[in-house]
Amino acid sequence: MSARLSRGGRLIDRRAPVTFRFDGKPMTGFAGDTLAASLLANDQMLVGRSFKYHRPRGIVASGAEEPNALVGLGQGPRFEPNQRVTTTETFEGLTAISQNHWPSLDYDIGAVNGYLSRFLPAGFYYKMFLWPRPFWKHVYEPFIRQSAGLGKVPQEADADRYEQAYAFADLVVAGGGIAGLTAALTAARAGKRVILLEQTAHWGGRAPVDGDEIDGMAADLWVKNAVQALEGMANVTMRLRTMVSGLYDHGYALAYERVADHTPGDGRPRHRLWRIRAGKVIAATGAIERPLSFAGNDIPGVMLAAAVRDFVVNWAVSPGDRSVVVTNNDDAYRTALALADAGLVVAAVIDARPSVTGDLPAQVRARGIRVLEGRGIAKVKGAKRVTGVAICAQQGEGAVLEEIACDVVAMSGGWSPVVHLWSHCGGKLIWDADASMFRPDAARPPTGDAGQPMAATAGAASGALQTAAVLADAHAAAGGEGLAPQATGPAEAPMLPVWIMPQGAGIALKSKMWLDYQNDVKVSDVQLAAREGYESVEHTKRYTTLGMATDQGKLSNINGLAVLSHALHQEIPATGTTTFRPPYTPISLGSIGGEARGEIFQPLRQTPMHDWHSAQGAYWEPVGQWRRPYCYKRSGETAHEAVNREVINTRSNIGLLDASTLGKILVKGADAGRFLDMLYTGVMSTLPVGKCRYGLMCNDNGFLIDDGVVVRMSEDSWLCHTTTGGADRIHAHMEDWLQCEWWDWKVHTANLTEQYAQVAIVGPKARMLLEKLGGMDVSREALPFMTYAEGTLGGFRARVFRISFSGELSYEVAVPASEGLAFWEACVAAGAEFGAMPYGTEALHVLRAEKGFIMIGDETDGTVIPQDLGLGWAISKKKADYLGKRAQERSHMADPNRWKLVGLETLDGSVLPDGALAVAEGVNANGQQRTQGRVTSTYHSPVLKKGIAMGLVLNGPGRMGEVLDFPVDDGKVVQARIVDQVFYDKDGEKQNV
Amino acid sequence: MLTLTCPHCGIRAEETELSPGGEAHLKRYGPGDSDEQFEAYMFARKNPKGVHFERWRHAYGCGKWFLAARCTATLEVFGTYPAQVSAPPEPIIEAIRARRPGWEAGQ
Repeated sequence: MSARLSRGGRLIDRRAPVTFRFDGKPMTGFAGDTLAASLLANDQMLVGRSFKYHRPRGIVASGAEEPNALVGLGQGPRFEPNQRVTTTETFEGLTAISQNHWPSLDYDIGAVNGYLSRFLPAGFYYKMFLWPRPFWKHVYEPFIRQSAGLGKVPQEADADRYEQAYAFADLVVAGGGIAGLTAALTAARAGKRVILLEQTAHWGGRAPVDGDEIDGMAADLWVKNAVQALEGMANVTMRLRTMVSGLYDHGYALAYERVADHTPGDGRPRHRLWRIRAGKVIAATGAIERPLSFAGNDIPGVMLAAAVRDFVVNWAVSPGDRSVVVTNNDDAYRTALALADAGLVVAAVIDARPSVTGDLPAQVRARGIRVLEGRGIAKVKGAKRVTGVAICAQQGEGAVLEEIACDVVAMSGGWSPVVHLWSHCGGKLIWDADASMFRPDAARPPTGDAGQPMAATAGAASGALQTAAVLADAHAAAGGEGLAPQATGPAEAPMLPVWIMPQGAGIALKSKMWLDYQNDVKVSDVQLAAREGYESVEHTKRYTTLGMATDQGKLSNINGLAVLSHALHQEIPATGTTTFRPPYTPISLGSIGGEARGEIFQPLRQTPMHDWHSAQGAYWEPVGQWRRPYCYKRSGETAHEAVNREVINTRSNIGLLDASTLGKILVKGADAGRFLDMLYTGVMSTLPVGKCRYGLMCNDNGFLIDDGVVVRMSEDSWLCHTTTGGADRIHAHMEDWLQCEWWDWKVHTANLTEQYAQVAIVGPKARMLLEKLGGMDVSREALPFMTYAEGTLGGFRARVFRISFSGELSYEVAVPASEGLAFWEACVAAGAEFGAMPYGTEALHVLRAEKGFIMIGDETDGTVIPQDLGLGWAISKKKADYLGKRAQERSHMADPNRWKLVGLETLDGSVLPDGALAVAEGVNANGQQRTQGRVTSTYHSPVLKKGIAMGLVLNGPGRMGEVLDFPVDDGKVVQARIVDQVFYDKDGEKQNV
Repeated sequence: MLTLTCPHCGIRAEETELSPGGEAHLKRYGPGDSDEQFEAYMFARKNPKGVHFERWRHAYGCGKWFLAARCTATLEVFGTYPAQVSAPPEPIIEAIRARRPGWEAGQ
């Protein structure tokens, strides 16, 4: 069993016990524990189940590389699944639940998958679930969804807040071990602005555990001194619990600070995402120990050798009473020594190397510990916990030589440098055959904006595994000024690459050798993939799911590559690695969102009349970043009833619309007319001063992108109205063409959208309202349809446009934004005796649809040209050129058989569903019913008392009177007749009075 | 995220301040030009692994368009310059040649 030792533990405070719960069971730990240490101290080795076979899973590592020990952490609004216990600090009141099992961690029904494992090999999903086809949707997918997945999704909104911060530095050092401290000290003493970041809660990394001596003192003391020295320097910033998660273009680094994970609810942001621009990044990110591939290497109790000594030395936790160390290198002997120092039994060290010499093995032998040379593990015994190992010759096929009882297997297959940051932005790797590792190729670093190297590695991340070499490498990486720290340590003999144990293992053993613990990928799976023809490591990864779990293959990738290479009969560098992508370990979505949540997710744009609308019961509709009243509900009214009332009142009395959101772009200059002639399909240069003209704007690919009324304000200036959503986009479109194509044309543009409030006064009595306000002659003679005048209305400086989007007598009046509310209220007051009422965007839509006016975004979708909409009258035939003209001459654009705009009238008077498709005879190549049209706008017309719609129909205008079938929900078919799209006042007399 | 120096306002701008505009130095084809010319103008974009000329707008800064010469493989920036030219200026060409010997314009 695993337990707390009575003495030791360099990171824990025995005077500060903390209580927590695991699967509801109360447990006790100490301040300074990770949850992994606390669980082991409570003899909780089994912490979860694997993804595919639901195999029992125990803690295997002690840090960020942990693939197995994932739990659901916290409760209610602070619940989060898939948290690694090895990187979670234990705090008072912590609650954790194990994952991926049913009904319980100890007795899991899904484990039956394990007995079926020989029927569930690599690529099983692809092979098995393909046929028969309907089974995918109704049988296979629901089954897979039920059984797959690790943690459960949180059910409540996140109670925490998150923030982002920016920082700039000459040098960012990722990793606060002795390499990172040395690099930071070296650069800081040379005057550089340094940010030093460490992902755990402690400085110093592995060195204090490994018992190194630096500059003549114990590593712990050296680390303490180095941290003190750095803290005293004004040009150094240091942060613990902060992981550099990724390195991106031009020295951009993201660092993920877990501010309050260990103090939930204390008011601080839970996570902080640092967005750092660095002159250079040094990855002092260390190395990760590799597992060995022997049968049963996934049984709880099989752990990485370095993790075992971390638990003993850092947290005074014994993972078991009786350990076996299995290794191919000298470093793992440190684990045997640490266990012996703690008074624990080491039954044997099993070394795959045929002959073991060297200082560390000598020390182990001196303690009376057996060292078995040239041996390997044939098989681990046990189910939910290791009970022993069967020993074999590494060179053989697994014949058992002896069995050793034990409850922990500490394994070491050598070390892999953590090259993630180096690789994220293009740094290349080379294969170091002596150390059997991919390490950074210093000659091919990631480069910055001037082509300079923007990253380096230091220490173990460079492949330097001996302390003296670590320090020298880190010192050099940071510029090499001053003296490098010195270290002495035992000489280590070379490691022996061991990818399968024993070397000649047959299929029975290989199908129990786990490569990827979380996703259940075994040696036999990778070999099967190779036999089935997978050669690329990237394809093999996806086919077998090797390295695709939440740990992203930190333990499994190199072993998997080696197995694949061997199966393909090629060297490991010929196989290559999969791509390293950020983040290094998962970061919270909360931190990526930062403070952009809720009300400040994006800016909210409000017109000057916003508060008035709000007070009058506006039912809001988001339009771009604006909020516009959809309708104004009176007490007892539904939204639909309000819309009907607003439409009828506008058609019979007066409606008032806040049109302030409409885009208003001033285009001015000697070449403004010529410019607008290029931008619009019609001619704007000939528009007389004081007149208005409807215009269509296309992109150069011919498609309609915006529409609106253009007003000639003066000899050299035009006011271009755009759609509400189009103002910024169209302004940018204008600037693009002005700056990049016609840069010698004398034109200025200004987006005045927010400078003016605009009110549409609409309806047969609109003129009476304006006359009551007084100050301008708004008669038919003085201000006819499609003209403009400037003056004073009721004391307000006003620009009055006689334009109509409803078919009614209509004036749109623009006043300075600061006077918008006052003018609106003046209109409401003056209109009271004429029955004036405000109307919202939905009434606007109904009014325009009754008139057959198009709406950008309804009738257009980026594939529609003006000719499709019957708007040929707004396209100049005389102009030599305009944006979109050449495109509209292409054969498929000029094809008469396009989907074109028509009106649609249901035979039963009902309202067609928006987007409904009109079906045609036959099926297409995919077996889908052919279509011949679709509904683009559809409303109930309270004036006509029936459903009206517009739609694009194949050859529509040539098929007036034909009836189309629109299948809708529940197998019903709605029939609608093709009609003219102008449903109301076909001759346009009402707007022209 | 790239950093590019806006040649108009001199700010070393981060990518979040900028809007991309695709390939630079396109010649516009219009009425009277062949289908092939128009198609190439509209759709045929270079996608080199190496030196590329691009349009960028300092959208959340001074609002001006500018052009950048950049290596798409290493992200090295050879220079930025105002958009009001139809071909890369000589100093930009020289900067590219200095870093990429053997590179020819129009590649």
